[in-house]
Amino acid sequence: MSAATDERALRSRAADFDWQSRMLPSRLLGAQSTTRGLVTYGVLFVVVVLLAALPFMIDTATMAIATRVLIFALLGIGWNVMSGFGGMFSFGHAAYFGIGAYTTAACVVHFGISPWIALVIGMALAVVAALVISWLAFRYRLAGAYYALSTFAFAEVLMLVAEGNDWLHRTDGIGLPVAPGESWWMFNFKLNSPNYYWIAVAFVGVALAVSISFTRARTGRFVVSVRDDEAAAAAAGINPLRYKLTAVAVSAAITAAAGMLYMEYYGFVDPTTAFNSSVSNNAIITAVVGGVGTIWGPLIGAIVTAPLTDLINGFLRNPPAGLEFLHGHSGLDLVVYAAILIVFVLFLPRGIYGSITHWIQRKRRK
Amino acid sequence: MTMTQLDERLGETSVLPAARRRLHELLGQRFVRTIGVTVIVIAVVAIIAGLVSHSPDVVWQAIITGLLNGGVYSLIAMGLTLAYGVLHIINFANGSMLTLGLYLAYVAVHDWGMQPYVALLFVIPAMMAFGALTQKFLLNPVMNGASHNQLLVTIGLAVGLENLILLIAGPNPVSVTLPHGGSFSLFGATVDLGRLYAFVGAIAMVVLLSLILQKTPVGTAVRAVAANPVGASLVGVNIKNIYVLTFAIGGAAIGAAATLIAPFQSITPTTGDVFNLTAFVVVVLGGMGNVAGALVGGFVVGLTEQLAGIIFPEQSPLLSVFVVFLIVLFIRPRGVFGRAS
Repeated sequence: MSAATDERALRSRAADFDWQSRMLPSRLLGAQSTTRGLVTYGVLFVVVVLLAALPFMIDTATMAIATRVLIFALLGIGWNVMSGFGGMFSFGHAAYFGIGAYTTAACVVHFGISPWIALVIGMALAVVAALVISWLAFRYRLAGAYYALSTFAFAEVLMLVAEGNDWLHRTDGIGLPVAPGESWWMFNFKLNSPNYYWIAVAFVGVALAVSISFTRARTGRFVVSVRDDEAAAAAAGINPLRYKLTAVAVSAAITAAAGMLYMEYYGFVDPTTAFNSSVSNNAIITAVVGGVGTIWGPLIGAIVTAPLTDLINGFLRNPPAGLEFLHGHSGLDLVVYAAILIVFVLFLPRGIYGSITHWIQRKRRK
Repeated sequence: MTMTQLDERLGETSVLPAARRRLHELLGQRFVRTIGVTVIVIAVVAIIAGLVSHSPDVVWQAIITGLLNGGVYSLIAMGLTLAYGVLHIINFANGSMLTLGLYLAYVAVHDWGMQPYVALLFVIPAMMAFGALTQKFLLNPVMNGASHNQLLVTIGLAVGLENLILLIAGPNPVSVTLPHGGSFSLFGATVDLGRLYAFVGAIAMVVLLSLILQKTPVGTAVRAVAANPVGASLVGVNIKNIYVLTFAIGGAAIGAAATLIAPFQSITPTTGDVFNLTAFVVVVLGGMGNVAGALVGGFVVGLTEQLAGIIFPEQSPLLSVFVVFLIVLFIRPRGVFGRAS
């Protein structure tokens, strides 16, 4: 009881003295973070250029894998904003992914609208859904296990809604019509066109830029400070609810964009591929392997994990001697994913990128 | 007038016979009151279902089926609620562990020729060992860290187990047949014998688990760790061992549930997934960590599913269950039958 009273007293005192504009990141840390920020954006530019140059070096089969890597990365980056920077672990990011995919499908199939407009609508819908569910969760102070369950259940509810909805073709799913010709406006290109890949690179580049701003810009720093110590942040005049909801909204928008990209690239979506917990798990695994709460973690995680499916399926088509009984079976890829997830949580909880930076920082300090 | 005011007035006059006062005390208890409200709500929903369907027989059958299914749901949720109560972990692998139990029961009955209920003697110890090993090697190392790490391990376990079973057993459904199965009619409603046994098993398990938790020294230690881990370790309880024991008991409960539902359940690698969600709902309704609450929660979910199926025939019955779930989660996160904060 006393802690809450103290917090309220501190908050009212903090309101008298305008900390937000005088003391916090923009001035205290501004000078230092500008140069480092420029370096990070420079790295991003190099990464995007390298990714964009890739189609000139690889065959079409590898490009399909690379495109999937980017969709995974986008999913992981979206999840990471809310769960990594925001500290609100989501177990139901399939909800926002599915909203993005289904909005695109419905807009193109039912109304013939451009997927780019559908992207905006889908992101808006995902943001609204995320804000409503999160506002309720924070309003009723759901924490820990209960918060995890509420995110998980929301995605499952959406799956049931999609399965029972005629307009969304129930369990049959929606396929995009195959249209002749190429059109940027209708996101319609030849099979194996590198344009799909380049658009994915652009999406990931924008999402990474947003991620970087989370460690550099004011709003993002406030989000992180609320994650690290909500009471202290509140005492310093930061409204915790506002910045938590900001992180949730940005996260949902990026994830919805991943859904739109998936829909346009694969051309088909059904309730399971959109809302199943495996989508949420993919987002989680990508970020955990790369490093939760880091800028580059989800991209690295996606590069490591996404090609595994192809490798393993190739292995299952031609199993080595002694393992012939596995021929034609499925499921091994997910077993490997699960094992990777558990191994990382147990032995490398910072993820690949997180562990490397942690190691470098420790060396520097010595 | 609230119940406490009523009690005070009863105390003032104190002319009522002792038995009637006892009754009023009982009515004043939250648990009993909540059950009363729940029964009234379900009765109202049943009447609405009757008005919609114009057929009392349909509603009667729905109530019987709902109660029988509810028994199954609470059976599956028992291990989940126990693990949450003591370890404060949501075991996302509960459903996959159920699938594992179902396949173990199938192997015991189909390959080794065991009678379906004799298979309990094999499946329960096997799942108990699985639970103990999981806790010891996968969960105990992360018990002191951030809570999401524990959830991530159970998610990994869920995905891994489900797909390992898919890899080995393939996607085709298998089934366990009950030699003396069948059904009988109860006032016009069909009662499946296998489901009835599972129902009885659910009630037996609640009684057994409550007895273990309340009356044995081990149960006392488990409750002590659940209530205050630091205090329990100060008086000499080995917390990590209690964690292992709790997860083992949870595994045993899932093993029992799997064997009991195997005779009337089509068994595929994703069977557990379907029950996973229902089990979460049951546990939240009953109050996480509340074994008796899980039984009532199971009945509520079973009845909701059946009656909603009559009232909204176009929608998936699970949807109504989830709507109830989300409402309860936000309004009373400690569960309808959980203790007030």
